[in-house]
Amino acid sequence: MSKSNIYLPYLMRIEKITQEAPGVKTFRLKFEKEEDEKEFSFKSGQFGEYSAFGEGESTFCIASSPTKKGYIECTFRATGRVTNGLDALEEGNTMGFRGPFGNTFPMDEWKGKNLVFVAGGIALPPMRCVICNALDTRENYKDITIVYGAKSVNDLVYKDELKEWADRPDVNLVTTVDPGGETPDWKGEVGFVPSVLDKVAPSSENTVAIVCGPPIMIKFTFPVLEKLGFKDENIYTTLENRMKCGVGKCGRCNVGKLYVCKDGPVFSKAQLNDIPAEEY
Amino acid sequence: MNKLEEKAVSLLQSGVKLILGYEKGDKGARPFFCHTPEDASKLIYDEHATTNLATYILKPELMGHDKVAVCATLRTLRAIAQLASENQIKGENLIVFTITEEGNGDVKEFSGIDEINSYLTDKELEVAQLYKELDEKLSGMSREEKWSFWVNEFSRCIKCYACRAACPLCYCTRCITDVNRPQWIDPWPSPMGNMEWQINRVMHMVGRCIGCGACTKACPVGIPIGYLSRKMLNDLSEEFGYIPGQAMKDGNSLSTFKPEDKENFIH
Amino acid sequence: MEKRYINKEGLAKWFGSILNSGKRVYAPVRHGEKVDFHQVHSLEDVAEDYIQTTLSAKSVIFPRAEVLFSYKKDNKEVTLEDFNPDSVPETVIWKIRPCDAAGFIPLSDIFNGGYDDVVYAAHLNKTTLVSFSCAKADDFCFCTSVNGSPGATKGSDIQLTILPDGGAIAEIITDKGMALIKSADDCFESAKDEDKSKYLADVPVYFDLNTVHDKLKEAFSSDIWKQQSERCLGCGACAFVCPTCACFSIEENSKGSHGQRIRCWDSCGFSMFTQHTSGHNPRSTQSQRWRQRILHKFSYMPERINDFGCTGCGRCSRACPVDMNIREHLTSIVK
Repeated sequence: MSKSNIYLPYLMRIEKITQEAPGVKTFRLKFEKEEDEKEFSFKSGQFGEYSAFGEGESTFCIASSPTKKGYIECTFRATGRVTNGLDALEEGNTMGFRGPFGNTFPMDEWKGKNLVFVAGGIALPPMRCVICNALDTRENYKDITIVYGAKSVNDLVYKDELKEWADRPDVNLVTTVDPGGETPDWKGEVGFVPSVLDKVAPSSENTVAIVCGPPIMIKFTFPVLEKLGFKDENIYTTLENRMKCGVGKCGRCNVGKLYVCKDGPVFSKAQLNDIPAEEY
Repeated sequence: MNKLEEKAVSLLQSGVKLILGYEKGDKGARPFFCHTPEDASKLIYDEHATTNLATYILKPELMGHDKVAVCATLRTLRAIAQLASENQIKGENLIVFTITEEGNGDVKEFSGIDEINSYLTDKELEVAQLYKELDEKLSGMSREEKWSFWVNEFSRCIKCYACRAACPLCYCTRCITDVNRPQWIDPWPSPMGNMEWQINRVMHMVGRCIGCGACTKACPVGIPIGYLSRKMLNDLSEEFGYIPGQAMKDGNSLSTFKPEDKENFIH
Repeated sequence: MEKRYINKEGLAKWFGSILNSGKRVYAPVRHGEKVDFHQVHSLEDVAEDYIQTTLSAKSVIFPRAEVLFSYKKDNKEVTLEDFNPDSVPETVIWKIRPCDAAGFIPLSDIFNGGYDDVVYAAHLNKTTLVSFSCAKADDFCFCTSVNGSPGATKGSDIQLTILPDGGAIAEIITDKGMALIKSADDCFESAKDEDKSKYLADVPVYFDLNTVHDKLKEAFSSDIWKQQSERCLGCGACAFVCPTCACFSIEENSKGSHGQRIRCWDSCGFSMFTQHTSGHNPRSTQSQRWRQRILHKFSYMPERINDFGCTGCGRCSRACPVDMNIREHLTSIVK
């Protein structure tokens, strides 16, 4: 269906809705048509254009791991017209999905290395895909460290997953909330993500760092990674920009000469150094 | 140096950071941002220049926080007076002057908005030749014919919003066309969608339009956009005692309520 | 490529046969002072005596607004109706300029590069381009500065050069062009010994394109963008009249339980073009948006698709309400 017309979405049935945090939901989507599901595959890092019919499309990453068959997941905050339109949908409703678009995390290159994931707030969704992917193929990687923070305990997303990851002996999970965001029974760290990362101080030896978060968090996280000895080619992030087509034609998401939808959304810091920072 | 250049140089040398005026372009006078005394020689004054410089006055990224001077034609003066009556202009940083006769005429600097208003009182708002021709053409038409005429004209609109961009009184930071909850106006060009947009604009302009014709001149496909707003000014003057081209002292006709307002149209 | 001659009567007869074949024919039509492309039904409708149309002919292949698909909602179910390429009629665009024909090349590279855009391709495949070389030019034309010329044939299926006798040198460049003359082959004679360049306008070269490209590599942080863009009003006129500008938006035409997804023209010059829903706008000033326009056309596009995003038609400069003359701006960048 969507093979011929790149603007025509797959029809998706909402199988499960999870309220992650105030205003943030996760949708588990199944393909309406079996043949669509059969021909569909994607890799970590890719995104899609999700349709609320009657409102329009919105861009989110695919938040579930490609190792999970039979469904895809997306997580979003109800902010504008389309996301509020999606927010109003219920389990059993139909929506649309175009994808997968964009490039992927080079997970093959990471085999045999340590992985450090650093994420903040609503930016955990793009990371969750690659984290789950790594955890599902755990034997490919050495140490896995996850540093994740949000404004407050309530704003942490994927609370169930966080519990799972915390319980795993082969993962070092450090969660934190901003000062003032803790509850009396909070057992995690208190502090902004960059300073917690500094405290955890993962070794940069044979390690890849993947960072995702609001621009302010990224701005303060990069220097910490530099201090720890991480080279720019070994730091990865995902960029976001306003999108419409998702396939590199409408001319909207470009940063310098790169299109976030085509040359990204996954970029290494080395690549970011070459493009104008003011344009994203 | 002519008087205009002299004035510009003296202003720039006394702390004014920018003179907004015109220079010679390929299609007649075009807006010119004069930042240095050396550039002042490029300034020209053209009473017929159609770009309304008042469009730039409400753009903080261009005006900055320093003193700015505007070399204003009548059209620009009318826009400034109207903007001031809508509380959009903070007088302290804006110096307004005009040339009283074309070319090497005398420079007249205004002491404030009141002086601009009184300067305009004896200057009747002209009607462009194009609009006079349209008056004639449309006066012989039935209501259905007029509607067809305008649907036809506006079907050529490509929604480039040059009309909106050129109009000094279109200063909403978020235009109604940019609102998508709800989508009041279709963003894409279509005969009825274009009518919605144009009618909407005319209604937002009633009593505020100063008849400068910048919109008509800006339209790349030659739609006489300004005609309807200009015509409404005459209608308004009959009903509300408004004088076309002059700011109303006690508020816009359609955005102010007075107990004495006529209600004879309410049945 | 084949070169033929067609006389004045033959030209009219051939035109008539194209109309009779049921093809849609778009040609320049005069409306007051403006000339623009409209569907025509006779040779008399075609405008004479003008330098350039206001809008380009790109709207025939890349419409101002078009339906990508439609949908129907019924309770929890949704059905979709896809775009049907067969719904596009056979079309001829008649009397475009060489700069317009050349403009379809970067336009098509954008749409057909990477993912195939079947919607665009459907229009392109069904359209034959007949260009007329230029005997006259004005100060806004600068095709010769951007790898073009008044007689360049790239992008055209057929090019006609009108001769003093009212006939024309006909260059049949592509198979599509051959197909268009097939049914009126007897209107065409073998080529006369005519030198086309005698009938072409003289368009001076204003700047060296490679120098522009080189200078732009280092120009990102230059002050020149603010200087050049001060008077820009941020409307979409330049992008909409341009034959190579492809930026578009995807919008929803929602009518309750059914609707359509529409693609329509957009412009990188609009202030909300890159604005995120959060309110963050990477290009929040007009100077940033102006810089994007120039860099995209003259720096990024050549590096990505090996083609410049400008054919020197001069429409943007003619249409701009504040006389932003791109040729002037490029010349000053070179300096």
